Amino acid sequence: MSPMARTAPVPAATDPAIIRNFCIIAHIDHGKSTLADRMLQYTGVVKSRDMKAQYLDRMDIERERGITIKSQAVRMPWELDGTSYALNMIDTPGHVDFTYEVSRSLAACEGAVLLVDAAQGIEAQTLANLYLAMENNLTIIPVLNKIDLPAAQPEKYAAELANLIGGDPEDVLRVSGKTGVGVEALLDKIVRDLPAPVGDPSAPARAMIFDSVYDTYRGVVTYVRVVDGMLHPRERIQMMSTRATHELLEIGVSSPEPTPSKGLGVGEVGYLITGVKDVRQSKVGDTVTNLAKPASESLAGYADAKPMVFSGLYPLDGTDYPVLRDALEKLMLNDAALVYEPETSAALGFGFRVGFLGLLHLEITRERLEREYNLDLISTAPNVEYEVTLEDKRVIHVTNPSEYPTGKIAEVREPMVSATILAPNEFVGAIMELCQSRRGVMGGMDYLSEDRVEIRYRLPLAEIVFDFFDILKSKTRGYGSLDWKADGEQVADLVKVDIMLQGEQVDAFSAITHRDKAYAYGVMMTGKLRELIPRQQFEVPIQAAIGSRIIARESIRAIRKDVLAKCYGGDITRKRKLLEKQKEGKKRMKMVGRVEVPQEAFIAALTTDESKDKAKK
Amino acid sequence: MPSVLPLGDPAPADGLLPPQVLDGVDSRKFGLYVHIPFCAVRCGYCDFNTYTATELGGGASQDAYASTAISEVEFAVRAMEASGLPQRPLSTVFFGGGTPTLLPAEDLARILTAAVGHWGLEAGAEVTTEANPDSVTPESLQLLADAGFTRISFGMQSAVPHVLKVLDRTHTPSRVPLVVQWARDAGLAVSLDLIYGTPGESMADWQTSLETALSYGPDHISAYALIVEEGTKLAAQIRRGEVPGIDDDDHAAKYELADQLIRAAGLDWYEVSNWSRTPEQACKHNLAYWRGDDWWGIGPGAHSHMGGVRWWNVKHPTAYANRLGSGVSPAAGRETLDAGTREVERIMLEARLGTGLQVDALDKVGRHAVAGLIADGLVEPGAAFQGRLILTLKGRLLADAVVRRILPD
Repeated sequence: MSPMARTAPVPAATDPAIIRNFCIIAHIDHGKSTLADRMLQYTGVVKSRDMKAQYLDRMDIERERGITIKSQAVRMPWELDGTSYALNMIDTPGHVDFTYEVSRSLAACEGAVLLVDAAQGIEAQTLANLYLAMENNLTIIPVLNKIDLPAAQPEKYAAELANLIGGDPEDVLRVSGKTGVGVEALLDKIVRDLPAPVGDPSAPARAMIFDSVYDTYRGVVTYVRVVDGMLHPRERIQMMSTRATHELLEIGVSSPEPTPSKGLGVGEVGYLITGVKDVRQSKVGDTVTNLAKPASESLAGYADAKPMVFSGLYPLDGTDYPVLRDALEKLMLNDAALVYEPETSAALGFGFRVGFLGLLHLEITRERLEREYNLDLISTAPNVEYEVTLEDKRVIHVTNPSEYPTGKIAEVREPMVSATILAPNEFVGAIMELCQSRRGVMGGMDYLSEDRVEIRYRLPLAEIVFDFFDILKSKTRGYGSLDWKADGEQVADLVKVDIMLQGEQVDAFSAITHRDKAYAYGVMMTGKLRELIPRQQFEVPIQAAIGSRIIARESIRAIRKDVLAKCYGGDITRKRKLLEKQKEGKKRMKMVGRVEVPQEAFIAALTTDESKDKAKK
Repeated sequence: MPSVLPLGDPAPADGLLPPQVLDGVDSRKFGLYVHIPFCAVRCGYCDFNTYTATELGGGASQDAYASTAISEVEFAVRAMEASGLPQRPLSTVFFGGGTPTLLPAEDLARILTAAVGHWGLEAGAEVTTEANPDSVTPESLQLLADAGFTRISFGMQSAVPHVLKVLDRTHTPSRVPLVVQWARDAGLAVSLDLIYGTPGESMADWQTSLETALSYGPDHISAYALIVEEGTKLAAQIRRGEVPGIDDDDHAAKYELADQLIRAAGLDWYEVSNWSRTPEQACKHNLAYWRGDDWWGIGPGAHSHMGGVRWWNVKHPTAYANRLGSGVSPAAGRETLDAGTREVERIMLEARLGTGLQVDALDKVGRHAVAGLIADGLVEPGAAFQGRLILTLKGRLLADAVVRRILPD
């Protein structure tokens, strides 16, 4: 085993030959953060007594959910056979929604540690990221983690990994991030097996941005991997996609606290600070060059983040609208993928239509808004972006059912995804049934090992954004995993279903669905609302309609009694307080025409979880 | 009265009232409520402030209660005088409970005599006591009549044994016509109290109770929907699934049947839950509550009102007796209503009356709501055009909703 490096290579003066850039590809809770923490400890960059579990995941939500949203890079020294090396560990986001960010992190590396839980085997997203790494020609080091667990089956899963990447099961390393077993051997293997970065030190500087984080005190911190040339403090740099120029106020490496350096050279990984306040000015995938001596060509692979899923976010309390607006503005500083615009709903009031990369991105954003800004929010059912062509050839992009045109429609196109599902083979039937019910077309199926399969489907994105993953999990007793990526679009027979209370359309409940599913949606929503809306002084018909055609109906019977029989012994105070409470409750009702709808009914109707308590009076 | 007292401001130990109670005092009648906090058996649905005979001792005991109550009468006299209120004769007195007739008739007579001795009694004043059918005799009723009582309200509740059993009522239905006759013989006006919507009560059961009660020819009927209060035995039984729960639609249907049969028997409604044979036989004490008159409530947990000041006594009879014993006001808390709140109360209370409330006394929001109320069949159109808002049958069942629609925003 190697000792901790006695002298660490100095940034800006490190021969690329002793640099190793790698990332860890792993599924949520397969132990990536624990392993990373152990590496920080063994390489000496974090003293054992300073160890805070999962050092790299900074945000509370990340730590609670055990997932990494934002990647960072850490430089660690490691000595092997008398040479001190500089290892750059680039932390990658572990979720499907952040595929683009993952791809950029991978592009910054020469190798990847494929980390798999020895008790669970590989998951769909890990597999997808592995394929991505292989496409980027990264050297893969397969590792089984948690070998200390009694349920670990290292032989079985080593065979699975060897089968996936080619090679011998014997070459699969076995480690425990928890106990530290095998971690030093892994560090040695990283040095031995991964190629050193290659670049032209005398060429104009080119560095790829693989992450960009907003910090309240320092502004945007941009993480880069230098490919050619060198970047120095105080020089002017240029972002090649936007041509925007900035002064390099600080440049350095994280180990793991930010440490300024005299620059970054070929193959090095570090951070830049320019004083900008918005991550949009420092986009992931963009190329940084030197303004005085600019590169002629940017690095390949840059793409703008494209929102895939849209949802209306509304404050429960209308007076919180300015708070929500400010909160979104602040979140945007740190999230280049977040887009939003103001929106008004007759039923929900003033809010924003927000675009997200995917459902997790939506959930995390919503949770941060509620937690960090103390907001109570209603989010409408997530929607994808439809391209509607009218008969007069006009094209409209619809991200909200209420924008769906009422005129003659020639064609509607919906976004498609290619999805990969991994599960034990006993669930193949259930998974196929689910995918087919979601208008999926099977692309193929492969055995990863004796009893685990990879199933590929092409599906409309709209069919997986709502509850697909939850249902997949329950149909596979938790073993199924899913990954998806955008895969073009298709023409589909889609209709808009409106929900009406006493003839008044409730915009928040409108949905765009496939014609074959419109009836089911109508029945589900009218039935749900019948349970959720308290009885009124008059009968309230609830209808679902496509255009003017009613496809489902329910009705809420009129309330017949709403009177307190007596005031006990002249206790008028009690009765008045009750009345005041009712009156206060009435203020919190949303009026749909003459119908009083409690806010809880909106929330419950827009939530999939049937077990949530019903707001019935 | 309910087991939970409102939260309010502290009440002064001397019971002094703020000067606002003097405003318009001459236009308000003055009444007395006397709470008798004893019952032979605690009924399963009851959350009133009441105790069985053996639960209490000292000044709170049944034996000493009349004297304790009289000491509050004396306290009231002093406090009202010190507050500058003019001496007004009582226009109504009401003994409620609990079961007032669980006390010897002599005790009730003694309390009444003490009050009348201090304040006097208006000509034609109404003096009522509540009673259980099994706690009176011809002799006790005669004694009450002789002492000045004019009216008795029997807690008949139902004529159907299985319903009475769920309510934990101990009397046998066949006793009711007897006690009604005895009360008549003693010269007392008779009211019967009924409860509908008891778990397990069918529509036919309710019809039986109504028809039986009406066959005794009462001057007045109160019919109250059963309210299941938190913390009662009945609430627990419903929670455990031992008896069926309360159904508002069932209540509504039973109220409609009650109104139909009672009116067919020649009585008319004057308040949502009360009907009388003639307007004069309406319970004046009850009306005083709805009309915002003044009354002093004697007894533990009793509520009082004087010119926009409401207060309520401590709940436990022992604490109550101790307060009075040391010359301190038994009030637990009180509230002084501002003009807006008094207006809310006035609308809330007067809307329940057969005489209704004056439309042009409503604010703009309230006046604008009237057309909608007519359209929804909740108020009488004819009366509304003449400027009075009077509830229809449907409107009486939705009275709280109507009030919410006409209240100021």
